This record gives sequence, C-alpha cells and structure tokens, in this order.
Amino acid sequence: MDLFDKFQFVSDVSDQIFKLGHNPFGVCMDRILSPTRAEINGQETILAGTNNYLGLTFDPECLDAARAAIGADGSGTTGSRIANGTFAGHRDLELALADYLGFKSVMVFTTGYQANLGAISGLANSKDTVFIDADCHASIYDGCVMSGATVIRFRHNDAEDLDKRLRRAGGDDSNKLVIVEGLYSMLGDRPVLADFVRVKAKHNAYLMVDEAHSLGVYGPNGRGLAEEEGVLKDIDFVVGTFSKSLGAIGGFCASNHPKFDLMRLTSHPYMYTASLSPSNVASVLTALRLMQERPELRAQLQQNSRTLYDGLTELGFTICADNGPIIAVKTTGPEEAAFMWNKLLDYGVYVNLAIPPGTPNGISLLRCSMSAAHSEDDIKGICAAFKKVGHDVSQTQAAETGA
Amino acid sequence: MGVEPQEVVKLICTLLEPFNGDSIELNKLTDLTTDLHIDSVAIMDLLMAVEDTYDISIPINRVSDTRTIEDLAIVVHETIKAG
Repeated sequence: MDLFDKFQFVSDVSDQIFKLGHNPFGVCMDRILSPTRAEINGQETILAGTNNYLGLTFDPECLDAARAAIGADGSGTTGSRIANGTFAGHRDLELALADYLGFKSVMVFTTGYQANLGAISGLANSKDTVFIDADCHASIYDGCVMSGATVIRFRHNDAEDLDKRLRRAGGDDSNKLVIVEGLYSMLGDRPVLADFVRVKAKHNAYLMVDEAHSLGVYGPNGRGLAEEEGVLKDIDFVVGTFSKSLGAIGGFCASNHPKFDLMRLTSHPYMYTASLSPSNVASVLTALRLMQERPELRAQLQQNSRTLYDGLTELGFTICADNGPIIAVKTTGPEEAAFMWNKLLDYGVYVNLAIPPGTPNGISLLRCSMSAAHSEDDIKGICAAFKKVGHDVSQTQAAETGA
Repeated sequence: MGVEPQEVVKLICTLLEPFNGDSIELNKLTDLTTDLHIDSVAIMDLLMAVEDTYDISIPINRVSDTRTIEDLAIVVHETIKAG
C-alpha cells in the first residue's frame, strides 16, 4: 500500500478536470502587468479572481515603502519573534492596526491562514467549545482542530440555529467561542452580525469575526462589516488578513481582552514561524494609511462590483448572493464549471474555479472578485467573455441533445 | 431520551436517500464515501437534520472517523445518551 493511496479520489476528480484543458489550480502567470492584468500562456489576461479589492499591489507609495524597508532592515527576519526579537516595524504595524480598529491590542501573524490557526488555537483548548458557521473558511476549521476544542457547526448565517446549539450546550461549564465571517469567500454573502452579537451576549459566549474579505470593503472607514453594522465594540476578537485589501501577505487578530497578549505565549502559529519580512510590513503599513486616506477606492470597488453584477445578471447568469465584491456565478456542476473556466481563460479572463468539497451545498462556481483598479474596459471584457462562454455552453448542450 | 439504535439507522438511511443515485440498498454497513460518494461537508450537513430530530449537537470532532451508517448511528446514539 502506498502513502498516497488514500488520496486516489483527489486524483480521480482532478484528472477529470485537467482533461478539459488547463489546470485550474496551477495557472502560472508569466508576468504580472498590473493589479488587474497578467500574461498567461502568452496572452494578456484580465484578472477577475485576485481578491485585490482596493488594487493596491502596485501602488507607488506601497512599493517605495517596501523598497526602503529592504534597504534599512534587510530582506527577512530569519526567525520568529520569540526567538529573534520583534522588529520595530512589527510593533508599529500592531499599534497602527489597534489605533485604526479601535482595539486595545493587536497581534500580527505571517499569513492570514496562520492568523486564524493562531488565534483559535491560542484562545481555545480541549476545555472549550467553539461554534463555527458551517461555511467558515478552511483555516477556521483547521484552527479548531489544532485547538483540540469541542467544535459545533451551526447553519450558515443562521443566528437562531446558533442560539439553539448554545442552549443545548448550556449545561456544561466550558467557555464558548463563536466564529463567523464578515464576507464569505465562496458565495460572497454576509451575515447580520447584530443577530450574532445578541445571541452571543444571551449565552455569555465570545464572538470572533473574521473580516478577511470585508476589511477595506465595508464600513465608513473600511474597518469591515462590524463597523458597517455599528457593532465593532461588541466583537471580542477581530481577525483579518493583509493579503486582500492591503495587497501583501500576513494577518492579524485584535481584541480588547485584558489578557489578550498572553496569546503570544500560547499560540504556536505565532511563536514557531518566521515573522513578517520588513518590506511586507512596510507595504502593509502604507496600504493601511492609504485605505483610510482614499475612501474613493471603496466607492470605486462598489461601483465596479455593481457593474459586473448587473452585466452578468443581464446575460442570464445566476449569482449566488446579493451584489458585493465577490460575484460567484452558479453552474450546473463541476464539469460545466471546468468547461466554462477553460473557455474564459482562452478568451482572456481569469476567474477562480470552485468545486465541492471546497464549496457549500455541493455547488460548483465561477468565482469573480472585483477590484477598485478594474477599468470600464476590464469589466466590459469580463462580460464579453462570459457572453461567449454562455453561447459555448448552449451550443454544447444543443449538440448533446441533438437539437 | 429512549431512542433505539435501529431507529437512528433508519432515520439516517431516509436522509441519505437523496444521495443514493445508484439506488443501492442502504443498511448499517453502507460506506458513506465508497458506496455513496458523499463528501465530508455533505455528511456534516446531513447530520444537522439528525441533530434537530433529537435536539442534540454532535461535535464535528466525532464525525471525522465515521465511515459507515452504523458508525454515524453510534455517534448519534451516544450523544443522545450523554444528554
């Protein structure tokens, strides 16, 4: 028996997908031309699946700050903060985030994935119970496994279902941590946070909100969905990432809990990995300032999202959620989704292919994420490609039915 | 709550029918992955209906090692007994 035998089903599914053309999970971008364009297979391609919501990856101020930091502090930290020490940039970034979000303490992590892994496993252990939304990101599931806590899953965006499950667990004396997201990455839908705040308060639980996709997108100051709903002060822990609106890599957790900084000594994903590189920290610090100075980026993002949402809806495509920066086009199944994804790439548009089990309810999606940097031409190009693909699907269906 | 294990197996079989595309006979030895090709997310979704029936919450930690309908039924039955 081979070590990889247990993954045969992965191989079977991927072989089916790969035989339709390109490898959707291994696309190589030969040259990155801008936040919204890249050269793929020799063709200039519109990027419509990057999560680069504010389009800051090529911002001159961010790039200058990164270059300056490399010159001043070197290319890397070569170790963890508990072993090699904290660079001034790490401290400055944590203070800047705390000030921006209005929380007492912030810890930064080396990736967004590690932020969830580190926050959940740093806060909870086998004596605790964690309640997670069914559609939570894999990093939240993995953080729960790492924590050793009892994990209860509640129905997606359903505060009543959470209420019921907290009631069922009412008899035990474990600490209870509830985790939801500000914007769900696959379907592009969002919760009513106020409902979850009410339920967590009723049961004396803690509430963590992962604003990975909603930071920089929602709220008058871009602080996320909690700010937009006016419940930021009721959130016990906010998690976020630097790899979307802030255009770099890394993550954070913020809290007002007086003992929050103990996590620096309990969270292995914080303690036992190399810390953020100086150039990355400098770029994020600059992007954080620009995010506050340029609210027009959020407005542009919303306008671009609306334009694409309306365009695809008019073409007859079904979008999984209300208008937002994540526009997930529903397909009939993995085969159709893969067929359409390949055609889109051939027509010069890159989106994300999302198929079960990585998606909720077994649906297969073509996931677009919009950017403030998308031009009118970009959006027209995306719509034109989808129109052609829709035609291709109709033709294929007609050929199959002999019509 | 006095619930017989066979009753739980029966309920799970009923809930699994929509996944039974090949119309095989469902019994306690049916393997969820190899016989019914159900992924882990679908199994967790299906369990939610079982949870509501018996007013229990089953930690997902307990579901990861289940392979057959009987495995699932045992987890459900034990959770009911634990109250």
